[in-house]
Amino acid sequence: MDAFDEMRGPNGTVAEAYQAVAEWLYATPSRLLDEKRREAEILFRRIGITFNVYGEDAGTERLIPFDIIPRSLAPWEWTKLSRGLEQRVRALDAFLADIYHEQEILKAGKIPSHKVLGNVLYRPEMQGIEVPGGVYVQIAGIDVVRTEPDRFFVLEDNLRTPSGVSYMLEDRAVMMRLFPDLFAKAKVAPIDHYPHELLRTLRSVCPAHAGADPVVVLLTPGPYNSAYFEHAFLAERMGIELVEGQDLFVQDDAVFMRTTLGPRRVDVIYRRLDDEFIDPLAFNPDSSLGVPGLLSVYRKGGVTLANAIGTGVADDKSIYPYVPDMIRFYLGEDPLLENVPTWLLERPEDLAYALDHLPELVVKETQGSGGYGMLVGPKSSKQEIEDFRQKIKANPEGYIAQPTLALSTCPTFTDEGIAPRHVDLRPFILHGKNSISMVPGGLTRVALRQGSLVVNSSQGGGTKDTWVLEE
Amino acid sequence: MLSRTAENLYWTGRYMERAENLARLLDVSFRAALLPAADAGPAADWQAALDMLGITEIYKTKYGNVTQDSVIVFLTLDTSHPFSIKFCIDQARENARALRATLSAELWESLNITWLEMNNITRQILASRGPRTIFDWVKERSHLFRGVAYSTLLHNDAFHFLRLGTHLERADNTARLLAAKERSLASLPPKSGTVYYQWGAVLRSVSAFRAYTLIYRDVIDPVRVAELLILKAEMPRSLRFCLDQIAASLDTLAMGRDLECRRIAMETQSRLTYSRIEHVESQGIDAFLTDTLGRVNMLGIQIGRDFLMTV
Repeated sequence: MDAFDEMRGPNGTVAEAYQAVAEWLYATPSRLLDEKRREAEILFRRIGITFNVYGEDAGTERLIPFDIIPRSLAPWEWTKLSRGLEQRVRALDAFLADIYHEQEILKAGKIPSHKVLGNVLYRPEMQGIEVPGGVYVQIAGIDVVRTEPDRFFVLEDNLRTPSGVSYMLEDRAVMMRLFPDLFAKAKVAPIDHYPHELLRTLRSVCPAHAGADPVVVLLTPGPYNSAYFEHAFLAERMGIELVEGQDLFVQDDAVFMRTTLGPRRVDVIYRRLDDEFIDPLAFNPDSSLGVPGLLSVYRKGGVTLANAIGTGVADDKSIYPYVPDMIRFYLGEDPLLENVPTWLLERPEDLAYALDHLPELVVKETQGSGGYGMLVGPKSSKQEIEDFRQKIKANPEGYIAQPTLALSTCPTFTDEGIAPRHVDLRPFILHGKNSISMVPGGLTRVALRQGSLVVNSSQGGGTKDTWVLEE
Repeated sequence: MLSRTAENLYWTGRYMERAENLARLLDVSFRAALLPAADAGPAADWQAALDMLGITEIYKTKYGNVTQDSVIVFLTLDTSHPFSIKFCIDQARENARALRATLSAELWESLNITWLEMNNITRQILASRGPRTIFDWVKERSHLFRGVAYSTLLHNDAFHFLRLGTHLERADNTARLLAAKERSLASLPPKSGTVYYQWGAVLRSVSAFRAYTLIYRDVIDPVRVAELLILKAEMPRSLRFCLDQIAASLDTLAMGRDLECRRIAMETQSRLTYSRIEHVESQGIDAFLTDTLGRVNMLGIQIGRDFLMTV
């Protein structure tokens, strides 16, 4: 399986978007590059951009490896991609509004009702509730992969609490600090204004009572969460309070935070806490991270949650195959971005096919994330495949299968020098009242192990600065 | 400001200050132990350090006899109790971690580097680089922390909560140090050389030796040392100085509200402002210090009630 290399292109000539990068790599002595790589690592460690790895000792902090060779997209590539992303987010939001109200798409038979209403991520508490600004997904992270110069696939939609945007921003900041000359030559579209756009988006969906100056806060599970650095980073950049559940309380159908000057009303909560932990009275009663009574205030319109409760049903992997249908149904448009062909293993014929072809397929848990609990057929041993086969047979509804895509590669620093490594892209799409915006590019994740297709940081993936060149 | 944020700031300030005070105590004990001991054994100064912190029992169950090397390791690297430098730096950094959105990047980085470097210090490194090098380094990092805070943080509530922690901890330390010495040195014959060395060591541990000679131009006299460290407003580690700072911070933070913590601070400040050392001495310096220590503790609790919504 020969992968398409984004710099070298299919015919071996350097792609236009990579001219500056290629010249720079050619002209810079490898010793200097090595030095800069070490410098980058020191910078990241000093700034404290670390993440916690689940399953390791509490408090273990690791750096996500950063690769100094940027990934670059031409302006027309981004234009096409961003249109497709915008379309997708519109359709997904329309889907959520529909299933929590009239359920037209189910009545029309486009998606089997039980797949939605029987899904554990469907929240009946949200049925008939009006969300402020009519927006469910204010922040989406849509994972995109590329197989050919002009062919992008959506791998998955992340509509709950997508993370990684701080790495996108810090990768750029570090690159600009290490290689100012490079940015003087290439016209790279800036991304620094992301926190500003995010705040604008959050303010635009405040409840009606909040007036012109709504109080926006970021709700984090706390310092031991793997994405805590990002929560703090975003709160700082937006100049809003970083709160934990214990800082908030509910009284008289409103949410307040405890401050040194007494209680202060909160209007918009950018929550980085999953549905099931957000309110121990409504969901997981054991959660000490949430705010008792929050759901009740939310349902009465006293506070905005971003993203809304119950968005998980739209990014579930068993719903994913229907997104192209949603685009046609709600927007009357043809999808601009392709879905990866997907076998739903709850269907007997799909299951039979998948079990026959496991060595060539990727199998994922419908509700898994972070690269945990998946099988990459071509990279797995016979034993691993057999073990996985038993797991699938025990619970076919819990899995989907997809062909193994030949993900594009980018030149990357490895122990053996510069070599191609597989990449994906997570752009972040902001959906406010009457507006959809995104900063150019997104977070590029790179699988650092040779041949590996798993880019998740928890599985040894790294990141790259992602450029979108300006015309 | 969020109450929890204020609390984290307060404890970051307290723990950094405590780390510095421990380094000072260790440094001065180290120097004192080099002097020929009058009649006490060579471990007396180390025993005194443990007594002052009130952790002799914890030490003995773990290490047995009081020896210089063991006490240094116990108070520098042992994180099983809250009075080691490493424990304090861990805690300062842990509190600051929750403050990433409040602290300046420079302040966080400075603290993070201190923590990273402290993690590298092992028993072997403590021995090979020499304990005093490490103590000096801790003092420097603490000075740097305060300096970076002063010049990069907004001088708003965050700054004042940090300073509250710093000065409460410092007041507590100075009062404890002085009280411990009052008790242990009371029996010394006046004018002996030991008075000079023992009280000189107390002065050095709070960077006040030079200040003493500048202000009094006299031989070292225990009552004057007490005056300097209790009542002198210009002496940055005196109780008076700390209470002036605390009262000023609380005045700003109260924003005109009639808060109990502010009242306690002002009352204590007044006592320190308008007392004369002769009166303090006639009542007993030890009793005066015990009383002040009680007020400082009460103040800490009341700050929690008034701002941090901990009750």
